[in-house]
Amino acid sequence: MKKYLPLLIAGILALLPLIGLSSYWMHILILVIMWSVIGMAWNLLGGYCGQVSFGHAAFFGVGAYTAGILYNKTGMSAWWGLPASIVVVALFALLIGYICLRLKGPFFALGTLAMGVILRVTAENLTTITEGDLGIMIRERTWIDKTYYFYIILILAVASFFVVKKVIESKLGYYFVAIREDQDAAESLGINTTFYKTVALSLSAVITGLAGAFYTNYMGYIDPKIVFALHDISIVTIMVVMVGGVATFWGPFVGAIIMVFLAELIRSIPKLGAAHHTFFGILLILIIIYLPNGITGDNPKLKRLLRMGKTT
Amino acid sequence: MSMLEVKNVSRFFGGLAALTDISFSVEKGEILGLIGPNGAGKTTLFNVVNGFYGPSEGEVLFNQARISGLKPHQVCIRGIARTFQVVKPLQRMSVLDNVIASAYLRTGSRAVAETKAVETLKFTGLYDDRDIISKGLPLGKRKKLEIARALATGPEMILLDESFAGLNPTELNESIEIIRNIKATGITIMIIEHHMKVIMSISDRIVVLNYGQKIAEGTPEEIRSNPLVIEAYLGEAQNA
Repeated sequence: MKKYLPLLIAGILALLPLIGLSSYWMHILILVIMWSVIGMAWNLLGGYCGQVSFGHAAFFGVGAYTAGILYNKTGMSAWWGLPASIVVVALFALLIGYICLRLKGPFFALGTLAMGVILRVTAENLTTITEGDLGIMIRERTWIDKTYYFYIILILAVASFFVVKKVIESKLGYYFVAIREDQDAAESLGINTTFYKTVALSLSAVITGLAGAFYTNYMGYIDPKIVFALHDISIVTIMVVMVGGVATFWGPFVGAIIMVFLAELIRSIPKLGAAHHTFFGILLILIIIYLPNGITGDNPKLKRLLRMGKTT
Repeated sequence: MSMLEVKNVSRFFGGLAALTDISFSVEKGEILGLIGPNGAGKTTLFNVVNGFYGPSEGEVLFNQARISGLKPHQVCIRGIARTFQVVKPLQRMSVLDNVIASAYLRTGSRAVAETKAVETLKFTGLYDDRDIISKGLPLGKRKKLEIARALATGPEMILLDESFAGLNPTELNESIEIIRNIKATGITIMIIEHHMKVIMSISDRIVVLNYGQKIAEGTPEEIRSNPLVIEAYLGEAQNA
């Protein structure tokens, strides 16, 4: 049963558009799945390999801009941005890894944070290539109907899920976790920590970049403040995984559902809506204190709490 | 033919000479004890052999090939495994997974790695604890886990850094037994130990360090009666 759970959930998701959801609900679903893809990517590097990145917007943005620039400069379909982003983001991740992976723990986090900001400023000012703050608009949309976008991101999500699962259950997964638990011990057990951290970073970056390239196609407009956003991309990525469950297969999915719905819910409250970042902050504090392993990771604890609520 | 040769190795930290002109060799199949008062440079020497530090001067040869300057993982692949004085288990992994992670060094197959890990756990007497998350292990078993992990990498030589410290008498005897069994499988051992009774009984030869210098080398009997060694450990009290 447990073995088929991923297929079952993918199947249910695939059937959802058939029940005639409104365009708004399709949008929400697409966002949930896109965020689970980004969450899974971050989880690979931050959750399993223990390298906490505060700059995943960099990879998201590079992926998004690969698609955008390709369309803007060559007139090719922005969908070619998906395969192109794999190459571009992988090369970019190698460069970033070469610089940032010399740093450990909080210093790595700060390094990636800086990287995200540097890229935003670069994209804002490199107007000949990126159009700067004007952003890039995809003038002809492929489809009006959201269903096709939904299936594309769903395929991407299912593929990412199985790639992450395959990696984590293999030798690579053991090495990632060994590096997370103790880098010196891992090194002395014959694990080339620099190499495997680079592998984790590149894989994570490529998946995030694909989500970025999809975003360009789906939203039809990108600018540096959106796709390289520290608070709306990098931090939300971390929150998706933290809320859902660090280093769990389902955590990013659960986290994405909660975060997207919560954001919509709070935004719809009159007057308070603008303060949704404040609520996210409070939520993150509560999660760190009471459910440090996230909702999936602390599942037994949650069940115990709920049962206690019933008996008393 | 000697397996490991340490040739004129010095290691400085700023102005401090942690090791000065150390030379000795370890023969294939023997147990070499490394002793000396606290701060003598024993662990630093391990770190130089293992690749955490490069030597400031001199070189280290393993099977006639230079290994100084290599990174720890490269040294490990060439066949030298080590344990840490301050144990470093992969905390949130089970005991079995800890050992599987190191058994993966010589294979890409999960089944082969697991077989090797189970074998090693049985060898070190940790098999019954295989499912415990290693964070929850008592110290004695963590020390054994360090040894198991090092063995699972399939080494020719193993460096044991105070694997007996803090053990109770029963655990001590078990560990001595394990070390003897390791030797019986043909693995060469270099061991740092403060427990004199243990080191004297299991070592074939002993090297003594004091203030970063080698002050003696020889069989346990020679070391026991060496005046320099006695002075290093007891001070010059007998002259007073």
